[in-house]
Amino acid sequence: MTKTNRRAFMGKAFSAVAGVGAIASLYAMKKSWDPLPSVKAAGFTTLDMSEYKGNELVTEKWRGKPVFILKYTPEMMASLNDDQKTRVIQIGSDYFMVTLGLCTHLGCIPGYNPDEKSFLCACHGGTFNVAGEVTKAPPPRDLDIPPFKINGTTLVLGEEGDEYKKLLEDGKTLRV
Amino acid sequence: MAHFTKATGLQDWFNQRLATDIVSRVMATEYWIPKNINFLWAMGMVLVITFVFLLASGIILMMYYQPNVETAFDSVNYIIMKEVEFGWLWRHVHGVAASIVFLIMYIHMFTGIYYGSYKKGRELIWISGMLLFVAFSAEAFSGYMLPWGQMSYWAGMVITNIFSLGDLHLNGLVEWIRGDYVPAQAFLNRFYMLHVLLLPLVIIVLIALHFATLRIPHVNNQEGEELDFEEEAKKYKSGDKKGSKVMAFANDFLSKDMLVVSIFMILFFYLVFYNYDFAMDPVNFDPADGLKTPAHIYPEWYFLWSYEVLRPFSTNIGLIAFGFAQVIFVMLPFLDRSPNAIPAHKRGAFQIWFWVLLADMIVLTAMGKLPPEGIYSTIGLVSVLLFIALWIVLPFITKMEKKL
Repeated sequence: MTKTNRRAFMGKAFSAVAGVGAIASLYAMKKSWDPLPSVKAAGFTTLDMSEYKGNELVTEKWRGKPVFILKYTPEMMASLNDDQKTRVIQIGSDYFMVTLGLCTHLGCIPGYNPDEKSFLCACHGGTFNVAGEVTKAPPPRDLDIPPFKINGTTLVLGEEGDEYKKLLEDGKTLRV
Repeated sequence: MAHFTKATGLQDWFNQRLATDIVSRVMATEYWIPKNINFLWAMGMVLVITFVFLLASGIILMMYYQPNVETAFDSVNYIIMKEVEFGWLWRHVHGVAASIVFLIMYIHMFTGIYYGSYKKGRELIWISGMLLFVAFSAEAFSGYMLPWGQMSYWAGMVITNIFSLGDLHLNGLVEWIRGDYVPAQAFLNRFYMLHVLLLPLVIIVLIALHFATLRIPHVNNQEGEELDFEEEAKKYKSGDKKGSKVMAFANDFLSKDMLVVSIFMILFFYLVFYNYDFAMDPVNFDPADGLKTPAHIYPEWYFLWSYEVLRPFSTNIGLIAFGFAQVIFVMLPFLDRSPNAIPAHKRGAFQIWFWVLLADMIVLTAMGKLPPEGIYSTIGLVSVLLFIALWIVLPFITKMEKKL
């Protein structure tokens, strides 16, 4: 081996080892930015569904995000079509809209108007109806439904029950 | 070992060890500035001074600020504002400077566009300047998170949501950026780190690069005249200072620079002492609440135009338009196909283009602040379409320009 070859080889060997080290440390940095296990573990909320009143929006908190619980009155139920009814969650003899309270556009919290029975997002002017469907852009899709499991008269947010899985399969909501 | 002689004085002692004479010649006494310029050429120095103010006030604020979701709000609004002596001064200097630095940057940018100072060897000046604009934007955004008021929280929510990239639904990426499902402790801590360390480092490196890109092509002048800097420098050095078209950066140009800086500082401190409210959004004096959106979320004035680009469309198209608006300015040296590097008032169609662009951005800024309803939505949409159209026609109108 000539001197130059030896030096070129040393340069390449150094670059290769340093390159592997750099990639490994980038991986470690990426993982260090991940949400912590304690943050992920705190991801469940249990709600007693017998407490709510008809046409009165209650905002619960799940994973730091607002979740809308709106109990339908019989008149509101009657106003929904069959497709809209697929998004309704039945607990005992009560019917609810349960969605994330975040506009699907950029995540502001829409306000509820009980007289007009509609939601308005003040950030960019999007509106939703009581079924959680978009009635005016810019929101690209209906309000998302959080993972839930029905347990008698309680609802566990964060766990995926059969009813939720069916909504997911039918494309009624995204996994959030 | 190099040969050292007994120093004749302090200056010589340093010169032998650091070549300070050469450094000062290259950087100051023989760095030539055209004489045919106006006060707009002083904006760079105004920006340097403003950055120094931001750094100095930031260092003091950092000693009392607490990057914790429970205490951040009070550490700013109670400890710094009420307890720390002159805490209000540093906060108002920091807030006002953060806002004004963007005004000066926009003036600096539009001066460059008007005089064609991004062409013929000056492309890198423009590109490094735009990178600085991006870095300052990130710095401003991360700093805006720190008081942990309602606007901090909700701006943090909305802006980080942009990274889900519409229908790509990259929620994992958004959660990764936040370190949580929503802006919370991890988010505040990492944006604090970005604001006080990583981004300032990037900014300082970019400022050095920006200066370096300027050294060889030199600054432009009011007529876009191509100067023979060596020839003009020779004249200047031989004593014909009057006949030479250039002057030395220091002390000649610097003294003119500092005059503009002084006038700027009068305005700046007037704002700091008497009119700081414009930089302090009242909504941000409510502590962050993840379960309550403010009635109307809007960014600081300097982001309003690009925010308005996002608004009139559905998410995906809005994001594409927003992305376009963010990168298109960087491309300016390559979109301007004209062979002339001269001021806009000599360039026919380009002059109209320049003023329409400026007016359009002012309209976009105004619409970004107004609620997105009725006529404002329409004006906003038209302005956004005009903005995009302007950039599309730019290569064509400049291509048609005749060589002067």
